[in-house]
Amino acid sequence: MLARRVIPCLDVDKGRVVKGTKFLNLTDEGDPAELAERYAHEGADEIVLLDITAAHERRGTMLEVVRRTASRAFVPLTVGGGVRSVDEMRDVLRAGADKVSFNTAAVAEPALLTACAERFGSQAVVCAIDARRLPATEGTARSDGAEDAASAEPRWEVVTHGGRRTTELDAVTWAMRAVKMGAGELLVTSMDRDGTRSGFDTELLAAIAMRVRVPVIASGGAAGPDDFVTAVRDGKADAVLAASIFHRRMFSVGDIKRAMAAAGLPVRGIEESGA
Amino acid sequence: MSAAIKVAVLDYGAANMVSITKALAAVGAGVVVAADPSEMAAVDAIVVPGVGAAGSAMEHLRERGLLEPVRDWIEAGRPCLGICLGFQVLFDRSDEGGVDTLGLLAGRTAALVDAPTLPHIGWNSVDFVAPHPLFDGVPDGSYFYFVHSFAPAPADESVILARTTHGRPFVSAVAKGSLYGLQFHPEKSSVVGLRVLSNFVGLVAAGAASARTTTDVAEVI
Repeated sequence: MLARRVIPCLDVDKGRVVKGTKFLNLTDEGDPAELAERYAHEGADEIVLLDITAAHERRGTMLEVVRRTASRAFVPLTVGGGVRSVDEMRDVLRAGADKVSFNTAAVAEPALLTACAERFGSQAVVCAIDARRLPATEGTARSDGAEDAASAEPRWEVVTHGGRRTTELDAVTWAMRAVKMGAGELLVTSMDRDGTRSGFDTELLAAIAMRVRVPVIASGGAAGPDDFVTAVRDGKADAVLAASIFHRRMFSVGDIKRAMAAAGLPVRGIEESGA
Repeated sequence: MSAAIKVAVLDYGAANMVSITKALAAVGAGVVVAADPSEMAAVDAIVVPGVGAAGSAMEHLRERGLLEPVRDWIEAGRPCLGICLGFQVLFDRSDEGGVDTLGLLAGRTAALVDAPTLPHIGWNSVDFVAPHPLFDGVPDGSYFYFVHSFAPAPADESVILARTTHGRPFVSAVAKGSLYGLQFHPEKSSVVGLRVLSNFVGLVAAGAASARTTTDVAEVI
């Protein structure tokens, strides 16, 4: 049976790992390759490198960071941030990444997901969705035309450019469309929870996971091992991603996996984590 | 320890070469990336990596003039490790595109049967069928990283070292003499993956040493 994955995420700015709250107030957390290697030894199932400044400063991705990280951490590597074309994706894969994650570029041009999936396979194409919960009274027009402001059902809006721009896209509708366009995996981040350590938005995760057949990675708000269990059990996530709780050594990957195993979830290699 | 074992990783196109070359180097092998048969001349073993489709892999091997050298290498009993697609192309034929492959192992590569999801991506357990030095120090049932939709079915079951279940069980590792094949990616499988690569390099070294001994004995006789 496939294991549920625990994924440390490294937000990278100018070659350094940084962490902010709700995407702001960045602090330096270390060297990407060094941190990635440490996490791989602790039992991380995958590493995500996100170039958080690439989208708005229009920089290419950090191929050198990718190369250094792939040379030291022998686990799958997903790279996101600022990749806008098939050729840019090829360069990132050649530098040692296994998957590339698209966020702002996919919203702007959904056909990019299709082009990249056709060239490299959908297993290499991840669509990252940053979502912000809408106030209960506020509704958004879904792209299927349904307008349902009065509904008690929660709604989330897709935000782009590191959370600084709204799109009026319904997050669940966009998730389904992204999969149809070629995304083989979805990385779903709750903007409201990001960096707040208040737990994952399991309603958002479940709303998406129940409607797509590809794996969903939960992101945004991890505070402790119980949150990872909840994201899988209640949020139906296949994988759980977190940043600051690992960088600041509040919990090791092994701590998280032991909690998941104790909750009956299939996880890999807790005996080899050495944590 | 004697001089490092030299391994050529065949570069025949789009595959990510960083992880496999660095992983082999991490377990002490000298690594060359071979895009040309001449680069296989001074090495002890070859590795056939790969992600992609069987048809284009065969085409790229042919274009780069690697097809016959690889076949000759393996037919001569020299050490070779095929990974993922590089494992599948060792067999006679692949249903992926309906192409003839290298034919060095009897059997056919077919789509995974009853798989709940395709491609099969992620960490799955590898269950040993028979003990083998390639898996020394690796616990039975260890998780390795997979990315594939097809798997080969060896005609000769005696080559099977391990199976993995995704839907129905499929063959995830084989060995026949000095020819080894893995459906998973050891270079992406962390500690246990590096251990398998280290075991492979160790087997190559042992083979090289015993070949030397045999030669010595032959000379004495």
